[in-house]
Amino acid sequence: MTFSNLVHAVIDGVLTGSVYALMATGLTLIFGVMDIINVAQGVFVILGSYLSYALSVHFGIDPFVGLLITMPTMFLVGIVVERAFIARLKGPEKTAMSILVTYAVSLVIEGALNMIFSTNPVQINNASYVNSSVHLFGMWLPFIYIYGFILASVLLGSLYFLLYRTRFGASVRASLADQTAAALVGIDVKKVSTICFGIGIAVTAAGGMIYGTTNAFNASSSYDLISRLLTIIVLGGMGSLAGALVAGVSMIILEDIVAVAWSPVWSNITFFILLVIVLSFRPQGLFGKQSARVA
Amino acid sequence: MLTKARIVWIGLFALLALFPLVVTTPTWTSIIMFALMYMAITTSWNMFSGYSGYVALGAACFFGTGAYTAALLAKHWNVPASGDLFWLIPLGGILAMAVALPIGLIALRVRRHTFVVITIAIFFVFQLSAINASFTGGTSGLQLPFLPWGFQDFNVPFYYLAFAMVVVATLLSAWVRQTRFGLQLMAIRDDEDRALGLGVRVWAVKLSGFVMSAFIIGCAGALYAIYQGQIYPQFVFNPLFDISVALMAFLGGFGTLAGPLLGAFVLETLQLWLTENYSSGSLYLIIFGALFLLVIIFMPQGVVVYVKDRVTKREDRERSMIADNEAQIAGAAQ
Repeated sequence: MTFSNLVHAVIDGVLTGSVYALMATGLTLIFGVMDIINVAQGVFVILGSYLSYALSVHFGIDPFVGLLITMPTMFLVGIVVERAFIARLKGPEKTAMSILVTYAVSLVIEGALNMIFSTNPVQINNASYVNSSVHLFGMWLPFIYIYGFILASVLLGSLYFLLYRTRFGASVRASLADQTAAALVGIDVKKVSTICFGIGIAVTAAGGMIYGTTNAFNASSSYDLISRLLTIIVLGGMGSLAGALVAGVSMIILEDIVAVAWSPVWSNITFFILLVIVLSFRPQGLFGKQSARVA
Repeated sequence: MLTKARIVWIGLFALLALFPLVVTTPTWTSIIMFALMYMAITTSWNMFSGYSGYVALGAACFFGTGAYTAALLAKHWNVPASGDLFWLIPLGGILAMAVALPIGLIALRVRRHTFVVITIAIFFVFQLSAINASFTGGTSGLQLPFLPWGFQDFNVPFYYLAFAMVVVATLLSAWVRQTRFGLQLMAIRDDEDRALGLGVRVWAVKLSGFVMSAFIIGCAGALYAIYQGQIYPQFVFNPLFDISVALMAFLGGFGTLAGPLLGAFVLETLQLWLTENYSSGSLYLIIFGALFLLVIIFMPQGVVVYVKDRVTKREDRERSMIADNEAQIAGAAQ
């Protein structure tokens, strides 16, 4: 491995990692506020990819402009799923049940996508910036990676602004810290939960668009995505926004380094082994609070 | 002692035992054989996850280990293509337990929510290793000696082995419920901190429950490998397998004795029947998902608990109606 290879891996990792961080933030936000593990996040990302794909291929709408349609659509999908299924979960098995319910939702979506788009992998590649590159830092970077990084940063920035600088954000953070106490001071935790679920799903439209332009995908790509996203949020500490960000970027960097230094075949597995090692020493994850919530 | 419930249990098991004598179509004996296999697996899974509330989504780790044990041992020991292959089944179970011990040591360090996710992560370590390591044959998988039996009766020995697994798993699961160990597991499910405070050695109880539940799942993996004669990493380490087992248990009744048996029987038969007749995997995914969502909405505790509640409520209503009538009669008499 040469030094320039390493630099390349790190830069690539930061660019791709930011997109994973965005998708993982949606997931960890949902868990933090609602105690819901949304395993449908992976299939929602793919649904977002297919929406962008359909708009771009059939209507000639630029994928980035298309986000103005796909993000609100995914937000609504999130609200409907939350109201129809998630809000019904109660009691001590709530979190465990949420995994199965969202899994069932993801099976239905996966089956529908397979029927509509077939299982042949596709890629969103009819925009000019997808196949052209720019020479930066002594290497060729595809424009789409840079645009994706900018998009993810802008969305993460707005999400942080929403959470840390607005009244709604204050109620979300209060619900993150303690749902009962938040309800006691007059926060409508139910409404906050529904909106958070919507936001958590809306970001997958953007993540899915970038994923779909940088990878060939079909509905079963969602398994690969969800396993990474879950690993990221557990490693970062479930419910921790900063954790999702740091773990998202560092995991993808690590994966890229292993891919150059050793073999792409084993890079996936490093991801999971790192998780197992970290959790053996810090069961609450990197940024998780120790027994913040008793199971 | 023969209670009413026991007679029903014995009757249902007798029906299953007689099935291949009555229906000899290989398609159907194969479908019910797979249903039995899943009944054994789900019951065994439920013995740890259902009783303790720790939902493990890594049952495929044990299943795959069992399958690879059978395939690798058959290859290295040159087991002939005969009934001798069946001796590999318990070895598959034992190896699965050996694998469950380190997994449990790592995964059980954390509480429920994170536990679920870690079992998923460990599952992917297994799947990726099986795909990439050299001794597993990679994506082309491994072959086992093909049994030279006639086509018509080919399924029958497998059917009865799977049936035996269901019987063992059910008896074990029923027995555990009544032991001190089972009560401790269920105490952990209700309130782990309280159980700890009351002197339950939660760590040891959880770990032994987890390892114990791996045995039958490993045996089933070995049976599957011998039946198929060829295994592929993407089929024996399948994420859908993990979730199916959990769905079957939840559908029937998580943590109950009859629930996992019922859920596995219904779902596996339905799945194989749909594949047989419509050969559309996508349609199955939609039906499977939608069915599960309906159950969650209308019977959140599973079919068995739902039916039991309905029966109890009806009995209560009848009892109170009789009491009302008697009170009225008594009132009229006065």
